[in-house]
Amino acid sequence: MSTQEQLLERDSFIERSARSRARALLDPGSMRELLDPFCGIASPWLPQQGVTAQADDGVVVAKGLFDGQSTVVLAIEGAYQGGSMGEVGGAKIAGALELAAEDNRHGIPTRAVILFETGGVRLQEANLGLAAIADIQAAIVDLRRYQPVIGISAGTVGCYGGMSIAAGLCSYLVVTREARLGLNGPAVIEQEAGLAEFNSRDKPFIWSLTGGEQRYHSHLVDAYVEDDTSQIRSTLADLFQRGLPARHRSAQVDGFLARLAEVDAKVQAAPETVRSIYSKGFSA
Amino acid sequence: MEKREYTFAAGLPAAGRALAGVVGSGDLEVLLQPHQAGITVIVVHTSVDGKGAVWDALLARVFGGEPLPAASIIINDCGATPGVVRMRIEQAYEDLASGEQA
Repeated sequence: MSTQEQLLERDSFIERSARSRARALLDPGSMRELLDPFCGIASPWLPQQGVTAQADDGVVVAKGLFDGQSTVVLAIEGAYQGGSMGEVGGAKIAGALELAAEDNRHGIPTRAVILFETGGVRLQEANLGLAAIADIQAAIVDLRRYQPVIGISAGTVGCYGGMSIAAGLCSYLVVTREARLGLNGPAVIEQEAGLAEFNSRDKPFIWSLTGGEQRYHSHLVDAYVEDDTSQIRSTLADLFQRGLPARHRSAQVDGFLARLAEVDAKVQAAPETVRSIYSKGFSA
Repeated sequence: MEKREYTFAAGLPAAGRALAGVVGSGDLEVLLQPHQAGITVIVVHTSVDGKGAVWDALLARVFGGEPLPAASIIINDCGATPGVVRMRIEQAYEDLASGEQA
């Protein structure tokens, strides 16, 4: 097959909208959207600041079945305000996760998938967004006691800020080569630490440190997949099959601290150094 | 921010709901729901001020001809050009026709 044919054949996940991503992951015909755009629950804060609000606040809450089991997919629309988390969108994610945990306590084993395409908190909504992200994090930790919470970052926005912490709390993380995962975005690091430390215009450099491939080889994510809808779906099925991890990555604090102690902050971090330190594993 | 409201003559009620587009730079979302026969009402929220005449002309062109199915339409605009606006409106009506409901 020629490259052109391959490109035409491929069912890209990245090119899909948040709603279309959610529909593609759930069993055909099983998706039901909660607080859909026609409910009119949009951000009350953005119009006051001259920014048009999207009717769903950039978050799709999709309830349905995955391989026949109750699942909720929370898809963030990266094309709207950089996927930023405001009061409404954040509450939609946190509320859905809380209801999923409640389901589990009532004998309905509901699982969750979060599609992270987000730069983190929405600056226009400041503390309300931060509070919502804290709610999301608490809800992930609650739900993952019962069922795996799986995060996917396909790109092209990636996952940054407080939402990267939320991603880190997930039972499993899936990324593509286009994805990026990091606490501070490149522009913020450059602004705070200087051009010599981090050049936010150097894309190969950014991806070499925070890109999906690097994060996979540094054992910070669990699966590295092509931008292919069916491969992402089957990876999700495999991970759900695996059940809860023996120990969540974020619970291995001692191991992470031991690895971080090996970092020499006097020399510029290089992708290879990060890989070799992190490949020693996190079980202290 | 500007809010503009329009009413146009229309045909029978639209067959369902449809959603097209995203509120990204240079783009917009169109939310379309059925409305009582004969009337289409449109509310436009736009982040770009002072383009009222362009909206008037564009929507009159789209809705002033052959009556389209009667709908209640909300447009959330983030600086889309008239061509993109027209395309998104047509996309919403097309999704209705193909039964691909939002």
